[in-house]
Amino acid sequence: MTSNRKTSTWRQAPEFRLAIIAVVVFAFMGMLSPERFLSEQNLTSMAFQFPEFAILALAITLVMMTGGIDLSVVGIANLSAVVAALILTEFAGPDLPMQASLLWFGFALGASLLIGAVAGLLNGALVAFLGLPPILATLGAGLVFTGLAIALTGGSAVMGFPEVVAVIGNTQVLGLPTPLLIFILLAMALHLLMTRTAFGIRISMFGTNPLAALYAAVDVKGMLLKVYMLSGLFASVAGMVIMSRANSAKADYGSSYLLLSVLIAVLGGVNPYGGYGRVIGVVFAVLSMQFLSSGLNMLQVSNFARELIWGALLLFVMTTNTTFWNTFRLPLARHKK
Amino acid sequence: MNGFFFPAGFFTRNETLVALVILGFSCIATVSDPNFLSITTVSDILRASIVLGILAVAAMLVLISGGIDVSFTAVAVSAMYITTTFTLAYWPEMPWPLIFLLSICIGGLLGAINGIFIAWLKLPTLIVTLGTLSVFRGFLLTFVGSQRISALPPDMRGFSRLMVARGTTEGGSFYALPLAFVALIFVILLTWFLLNHTVLGRTIYALGGSVESARRIGINVLRIQFFIYVYVGMLAGLAGIIHGSMSRMADPFSLVGHELSVIAAVVLGGARLVGGYGTLTGTLLGVALIVLVQNSLIVVGIPSTWQSVAIGLLILIGTGVPAWQAKKAAAEAA
Amino acid sequence: MALPDPGAFVSMMGVTKRYAGVTALDNVDFRVGAGEAICLAGENGSGKSTLLKILAGVEQPTEGVIQIDGLQKDQLNPRLSAAAGIMVIFQDFSLFPNLTVAENIAFACQLTQHQKWFHKRDARTLATVALERIGVDIPIDERVESLPVAHKQLVAIARALASEARLIIMDEPTTALTEREVRSLLRIIRMLKDDGVAVVFVSHKLAEVLEVSERVVVLRNGCKVAEGPAEEFDTTSLTRHMTGRDVPEHPPNRLIETPETLMQVRNLNKEGSFHDVSFDIRKGEVLGITGLLGSGRTSLAKALFGLVTPDKGQINLNGRPIPLGDPIAAASSQIGYVPEDRLTEGLFLTQSIIRNVAIGRLDHHDKHGFLDLPALVGDASKWSNRFKVKTPYIEAPVQSLSGGNQQRVVLARWLARAPLVLILNGPSVGVDVGSKSDIHDIIRSLASSGLGVVVISDDLPELISTCHRILVMRLGKIIDEVGAGTVTEEELAYKLAS
Repeated sequence: MTSNRKTSTWRQAPEFRLAIIAVVVFAFMGMLSPERFLSEQNLTSMAFQFPEFAILALAITLVMMTGGIDLSVVGIANLSAVVAALILTEFAGPDLPMQASLLWFGFALGASLLIGAVAGLLNGALVAFLGLPPILATLGAGLVFTGLAIALTGGSAVMGFPEVVAVIGNTQVLGLPTPLLIFILLAMALHLLMTRTAFGIRISMFGTNPLAALYAAVDVKGMLLKVYMLSGLFASVAGMVIMSRANSAKADYGSSYLLLSVLIAVLGGVNPYGGYGRVIGVVFAVLSMQFLSSGLNMLQVSNFARELIWGALLLFVMTTNTTFWNTFRLPLARHKK
Repeated sequence: MNGFFFPAGFFTRNETLVALVILGFSCIATVSDPNFLSITTVSDILRASIVLGILAVAAMLVLISGGIDVSFTAVAVSAMYITTTFTLAYWPEMPWPLIFLLSICIGGLLGAINGIFIAWLKLPTLIVTLGTLSVFRGFLLTFVGSQRISALPPDMRGFSRLMVARGTTEGGSFYALPLAFVALIFVILLTWFLLNHTVLGRTIYALGGSVESARRIGINVLRIQFFIYVYVGMLAGLAGIIHGSMSRMADPFSLVGHELSVIAAVVLGGARLVGGYGTLTGTLLGVALIVLVQNSLIVVGIPSTWQSVAIGLLILIGTGVPAWQAKKAAAEAA
Repeated sequence: MALPDPGAFVSMMGVTKRYAGVTALDNVDFRVGAGEAICLAGENGSGKSTLLKILAGVEQPTEGVIQIDGLQKDQLNPRLSAAAGIMVIFQDFSLFPNLTVAENIAFACQLTQHQKWFHKRDARTLATVALERIGVDIPIDERVESLPVAHKQLVAIARALASEARLIIMDEPTTALTEREVRSLLRIIRMLKDDGVAVVFVSHKLAEVLEVSERVVVLRNGCKVAEGPAEEFDTTSLTRHMTGRDVPEHPPNRLIETPETLMQVRNLNKEGSFHDVSFDIRKGEVLGITGLLGSGRTSLAKALFGLVTPDKGQINLNGRPIPLGDPIAAASSQIGYVPEDRLTEGLFLTQSIIRNVAIGRLDHHDKHGFLDLPALVGDASKWSNRFKVKTPYIEAPVQSLSGGNQQRVVLARWLARAPLVLILNGPSVGVDVGSKSDIHDIIRSLASSGLGVVVISDDLPELISTCHRILVMRLGKIIDEVGAGTVTEEELAYKLAS
């Protein structure tokens, strides 16, 4: 009885549908142009492309679990990249010897992660202490972060890094592209955090009912601070990947990533009202998006059509997911003795 | 005293705060540049408020009903571009009122698509409009075109030259207020009448107050929501075609990306994301403040590269102060 | 199936409602005459809410016939029901918090008359007339969100009257009201009756059921199990009909001799809520705190758990002061709080029973930053078994449980933390009669095991049967202290209201 019930819930889970979608898209694209889509070159290039926005999607997933949203992730990514870039160009030009530039690179990395964390803390403080709705807090703060990046650079790209910077974005470790490796590590960490730690359980409980969490003596403010800080930290990692791949930093890089990463999180089955979401779903959503967009690229479909298809996919998956959430959101199911 | 001269809560209302900030900004600007306080500046700001203003009224309506719409910029730009290409292809001499009507209809049609997903399928408004934002824009750029068109239909160009007032000040600077400004006034009056003097308008507020209650007293929630998104789509269509005519170019890449600053203007004016609250006065003041910051930051001695920072801070302060007050009041009342 | 009754305003004949295989209503006949007052009694889940949703047009019956004024209605919807003069006042009143009193009252009327234009002046006139009819004075330009609960209810009644209601159905109208407000509500119901408006009063507070009604209808498990004139029922027989068994109430267990003081509250004060409150709780004692709504009892209860920050005063537990206004500190000093509104404050409805219990003790299972999941699940199932939470499987979302079982889940969460003092705010609100006495048994046994228990309630029989001492609050002050067994329900009611 119990096991029956479990398999059926498992099959109804949005993640299961997403896995199927990812596989179907992959197979479909593979069939349409096997020699190109399945080529090693294409697979590698896909693995280099998606981690930057996938990491942003992880950041948004975490915040969405609390019923909030972080619209400042791209702003944080760019601000931290700009600061790191300024440090690198100021102190470590392309001609600096390897060791010295490695040192400055480490320093720049640290500074960028610190900025991500501080920016995230600011978001968290606005939400937890001032009681601002997350949409507004992160919208306003996001403008401030982007604005600071513009003010620091005058709006132009910062470039001229030592070679070592390219390590993050363009090399492979153990046969895996480094950005992919970073994404895998972060996704696993987030999965463990959300399912195996007290903090993670509290996040999804808070997302289900914030008031009940307060009454159950959950340290709500501390939890929100940490959630937004982690989101900022993830965003700054994404910022580093973007900087390294572009070999430059600019205040308005990746502006389309914001909506894309919200889209991926929702596509991945995360309930935008909070309380439900799984990292694995987000991973499948990222893969589907990437397969779709590379495949369409192979088929000479314009970038704009991709946007169209992403939007359509989101609407389609939402239509099916909502029925799943609704079974959970129905007013008290009738109980019969 | 207070209650005698001013409505209750006058000094804590967002409208008042925003008006004070605008006033303060203008004072500082006038002190640092005496030319600031001139008819030229006013007409510049009014002109810059037209498109933003119409879009803000649309966004406000959705916020009042308890939803949020981020697709209206895509609706506006799609309606504008499709109308322009259609007109150029089939009837380049089409008179501008018909062009406008066509754009408004296309906007309404796209709004209806939002309405279907939101009213019938009951999906969350943010997610739906996020999706349709991509779909509308993707459709436009893929199937209609991705070229900027500067050879507009003659009547569209003609429209942009129609003025309600123009002249030269004594100091020799030129000012002009285009006919499009009348469209903004019309939209404001129409929406004001709708919201305050029709049962439908009050129902929109009621919906934002509590959807469940609305359903229980027999309000046809589905129909009202559908109406809202169609109306908003029509307003967006109007804003789009005005934008196209006034910038004398049909640019399929314009407008999209500004949806959050429009919503910011509305929220600054006191509309709440939870729904049920929002006034036209507040929204227009919010628009005025955003336009002022976008156009005249340099006058008060802040370099224009700090524009985003300024707008971001305004949003945080403008929404943070009331949120903080509400939180304190709740703690005291407990 | 009964024959139609020509004199009735509404008759439902053989009405059955099934939801996905569950029969919520089973072949029920229900008739309301013009100007009649009927009490519809039943435990939670007995089908009474389903019955009124069908009358309101919110739900459609699976089988059966509904007649209004002798005319058969095939398809009711909220608008048709309202047009026929049937108005339901749901527990949450279904008002619009952001609109004014006048608009709220005028709304239903404008809708049924298909008005297109909104005239503020007409709305205000309509509202004034409706409020005058029930003889209350509420500022009509105030936004509803800023009104006290009792006024919201009056606005809901006025709204029903403004749209020419001929039958007003009130779902649990008294749960949010104090005794005195209940009195004035009953007065209004009598007045409506005299005007020819029929009233159906849905309740499981037994005393009220008998006082207000001419006829009583009892539902159990979707079936009508009893019907008759109100005089033929008393509290005991009603309980028997509702539960299908007799539930005797015990007096509180005797207090242990020379108990030690556990918690001291000294000069606790919060402007506008409660003033200079001092009392002690001893080990093994059940202390009742009662008062009308607005007497400060709920604020005081929350202050004991840090959810409300007092301006001054002190709370000591075992002689050590506890930081004020900090629920986390209160919880770690082993104070527990079971909130009044289970659904919004107590439970995470879509989450599993396990998680709802375990949330209280996550830190306990934290091993080097990770949770020891098997231990956590084992612990949580142990506690929910101990409180006899009835469920087919423990991973089920807590919303699938009945009210009584949900309350047990919240109790299990707190008791797993081995508290020294447990504060129960309205422990049996919205719980059926059977579970209620089980919860009272739990309270008694907790006290016997040495906990200090604080019960905040306005359910006087509950207080009398569980508490050793009862503090009576009025206008934020403790005005009286009553010992166990020295007071009757009537005396206590008098103390509250005087």
